[in-house]
Amino acid sequence: MDAIVVEGLRKRYKQVLALDGVSFAVREGEIFGLLGPNGAGKSTTVRILATLTAFDEGRAEVAGHSVQHDPAAVRRAIGYVPQESGVDRDATGRENLLLQGRIQGVRGAALRTRVDELLEGLGLAHAADRTARTYSGGMRRRLDVALGLVHRPAVLFLDEPTTGLDPEARAALWEELERLARVETLTILLTTHYLEEADRLAGRLVIVSRGTVVVEGTPEALKQTLQGDSVTVELEAADGERAHTAVAALPEVHEAVLDGRQLRAFVDQGARSVATIVSALDAAAVSIHAVTIARPSLDEVYLHYTGRDFRAEDAEAVAAARAPAGGRGGRER
Amino acid sequence: MPRIVAHTWWMIGRQLRNLAREPIWIALLLIQPMIWLLLYGQLFRNVVKLPGFGAVSYVTFLTPGIVVMNAFFGGTWSGMAMIQDLDRHVLERFLATRSSRIALVLSQVVRSGLIAAVQALIILVVALALGVRAHAGAPGWLLVLLTSFLVGCAFGGVSHGMALIFRKEATMIAAANFVGLPLLFLSSTLIARTSMPHWMAGLARFNPVEWGVVAARQGVLPGADWGSAAAHLGLLAGLTVVTVGFATWAFQVYRRSL
Ligand SMILES: Nc1ncnc2c1ncn2[C@@H]1O[C@H](COP(=O)(O)OP(=O)(O)OP(=O)(O)O)[C@@H](O)[C@H]1O
Ligand SMILES: [Mg+2]
Repeated sequence: MDAIVVEGLRKRYKQVLALDGVSFAVREGEIFGLLGPNGAGKSTTVRILATLTAFDEGRAEVAGHSVQHDPAAVRRAIGYVPQESGVDRDATGRENLLLQGRIQGVRGAALRTRVDELLEGLGLAHAADRTARTYSGGMRRRLDVALGLVHRPAVLFLDEPTTGLDPEARAALWEELERLARVETLTILLTTHYLEEADRLAGRLVIVSRGTVVVEGTPEALKQTLQGDSVTVELEAADGERAHTAVAALPEVHEAVLDGRQLRAFVDQGARSVATIVSALDAAAVSIHAVTIARPSLDEVYLHYTGRDFRAEDAEAVAAARAPAGGRGGRER
Repeated sequence: MPRIVAHTWWMIGRQLRNLAREPIWIALLLIQPMIWLLLYGQLFRNVVKLPGFGAVSYVTFLTPGIVVMNAFFGGTWSGMAMIQDLDRHVLERFLATRSSRIALVLSQVVRSGLIAAVQALIILVVALALGVRAHAGAPGWLLVLLTSFLVGCAFGGVSHGMALIFRKEATMIAAANFVGLPLLFLSSTLIARTSMPHWMAGLARFNPVEWGVVAARQGVLPGADWGSAAAHLGLLAGLTVVTVGFATWAFQVYRRSL
């Protein structure tokens, strides 16, 4: 069964057409990513699904309930972590969670246990009884996530949950979310600017641009259309030609480009190929100053699917990636 | 119904707990009413020589008025808390939960009333120390507390309605000032009604602040008219229902704007 169904959603604010026919479906127990640049309509979509914002046209269902006709039932099923922290700063972390839990219908010992468990799991136990005013931005963000989870919702909306988190906290939150999705059979709709995040967490994702879904697929499928990663090698000396020949000859390297002392190799999976590239250079007696792996960023993917200089030869790859969505897109505009 | 009550209660708990955590707020809460009483008591001491005050000291005359004025100001400004919740996205967070919608507004209004009543209690204790005695005794004191609660609620409703419509602190401050001073001076808080110009006394009859002052005075001054007290309390209760309705409507306007 689908936990979330969105069909032809349209929403106009006075001046702005925020959503221009967004459609997607999220399966139960899945982590689904909603990617897109600023103003694409990600938050608007999530806010509509969280029953905060009314929409003009289309259909939206969460956990089998109509957002429009039975918002109360939807609210019972969901947890919502807004883009902007909704923490009560004058209250402690624990008080925030206890109140939220009570309102969400959790009581007594079960609530206290749950709150302790969340504080522990999100690394807030040491600060539980301090007012949230004294929290760092990252701590507040984690409290936001805990607030969304306190009543064990069936569906969780996360609007840019890791923005403002340091890499360590981000990785920890990813782990926690993965664990929850597994243990609590949670369906998660996640918006993010980080393809890396979607890559790590999302089973499937859509890219939204100017209020429409431009592409849908698994992170792998989307990255494949971008020819994978690039491995950049900074060379110690000006022996670029030799290095280029050695690397270009490797079977997993699609293409190698030399730019001064910088050699870039395009491969499917940077992490796997980097060792091969380094040892090939070693064998060719080229000394290396530094190696970096770059993965396609959201910007690249976004430009790839919506850019104006969209090249004809890419159209087939796009069509393939869109196929599961039955694609409707902003590309026609 | 029990859900509304429970949710309102929990939300009030949140507001009072947060307030109790701020030492400055507690100090202001305690000091402000005393300043009113001591300052105005001194400032207008000679007013007792004017006709219309009966045989009581000016402080005694002033006490119920100060209680009501304090409740009125507190209520009028109470919507600032709502603006803070809006700015900090706390309200939106609650809106995405199964929280009772009415409780979100009602709790703020009742909180205004409760704080007004607590301040009234402080004023009464200070007044007692200054030699003020309620002629009606304990029921008189209770009447003053109840009046301040209702005045706090009634204007809390107005204030939260305005907060939800304006959603900006600056606008809110202007509006609160706009409402505040005229209503205060169009009442017999500081002077007896008999010494007001005729037109003013006439207008004062329609002033909710005056309703509160009249009701509270029945508990403190000699010659209590319980019928008048009940009537004015009834007016205040009716007004509270209306202003809560206004605030709830403003809340819907706000929700539709999201
Ligand atoms: N309350 C509002 N009133 C008017 N316009 C709005 C409102 N909220 C959003 N918009 C507009 O709707 C469009 C979509 O906004 P939305 O917040 O959904 O984007 P987003 O994808 O979440 O962007 P970001 O990555 O910056 O968070 C934007 O053009 C925005 O300006
Ligand atoms: Mg957003």
